[in-house]
Amino acid sequence: MERKTKVHAEEGRQDLIITREFDLSVALLFRAYTEAGIVEQWMGTKVLKLENSQHGGYAFETRDPQGNILFKAHGTIHDVVRDQKIVRTFEMDNAGFDAQLEFLEFEPLTAGTSRLTMQIIYRSTAHREQQLKLPFAYGINMAHDRLQEVVTALK
Amino acid sequence: MDLRRDVFQAIADPTRRAIITLLAAHAMTPGAIAEHFDSSRQTISRHIQILTECELLKQEQNGREIYYHLNPQKMKTIADFIEPFRNMWDDRFNKLESIMQKYKTKK
Repeated sequence: MERKTKVHAEEGRQDLIITREFDLSVALLFRAYTEAGIVEQWMGTKVLKLENSQHGGYAFETRDPQGNILFKAHGTIHDVVRDQKIVRTFEMDNAGFDAQLEFLEFEPLTAGTSRLTMQIIYRSTAHREQQLKLPFAYGINMAHDRLQEVVTALK
Repeated sequence: MDLRRDVFQAIADPTRRAIITLLAAHAMTPGAIAEHFDSSRQTISRHIQILTECELLKQEQNGREIYYHLNPQKMKTIADFIEPFRNMWDDRFNKLESIMQKYKTKK
């Protein structure tokens, strides 16, 4: 099984596609997106709100031990079909990037494996390039695993 | 050492990546940066020095304090940012997978 996460970003387009196959049933994979306690663990951020339903929304926040906000993001849920798809927006607060539209598709491969396909649409090709070129600013989570270790060691 | 001028070498180190991540939020003094780590202040200073040498960080004097901030131009010159972007998602998804596998066996 192809385990690696793939990012497909075609030149000149304003979207990109992220795919990943998991050793998990589609139900478990979907659950990782809908239960706040689980999202917190793998996204490495506090989940302030997670209402996975039509017209619902979510808000994430990460603070350092001094209480300063390191990362804050929110979005609106447009559509949710259990074990099949989530359509939502995402925007990182105070980062100067605009909102992006995300289509998440969940597919079963076998009883115990599944695939996630995530299409992210940015406002323009320039916005996409900005996001790709500045993963540090975009995802405080990139080094978050290490940061988390460091922060935990301080407590 | 020549390696120190290599941007990729600079960002290959997890502590240096964590420093960049911290500075992505806002400029900080070396003291404030060091508070986030349990390594010695000296070790953190050395990491900051390496990042500054390859121009990923810029110093700015503000009164008596020196603040470090990211140099966006240098960040942009790093040729292939898709790989770190992909890595970020790969890390998250690896974590998701291991959490859910444990979750499954707990049930």
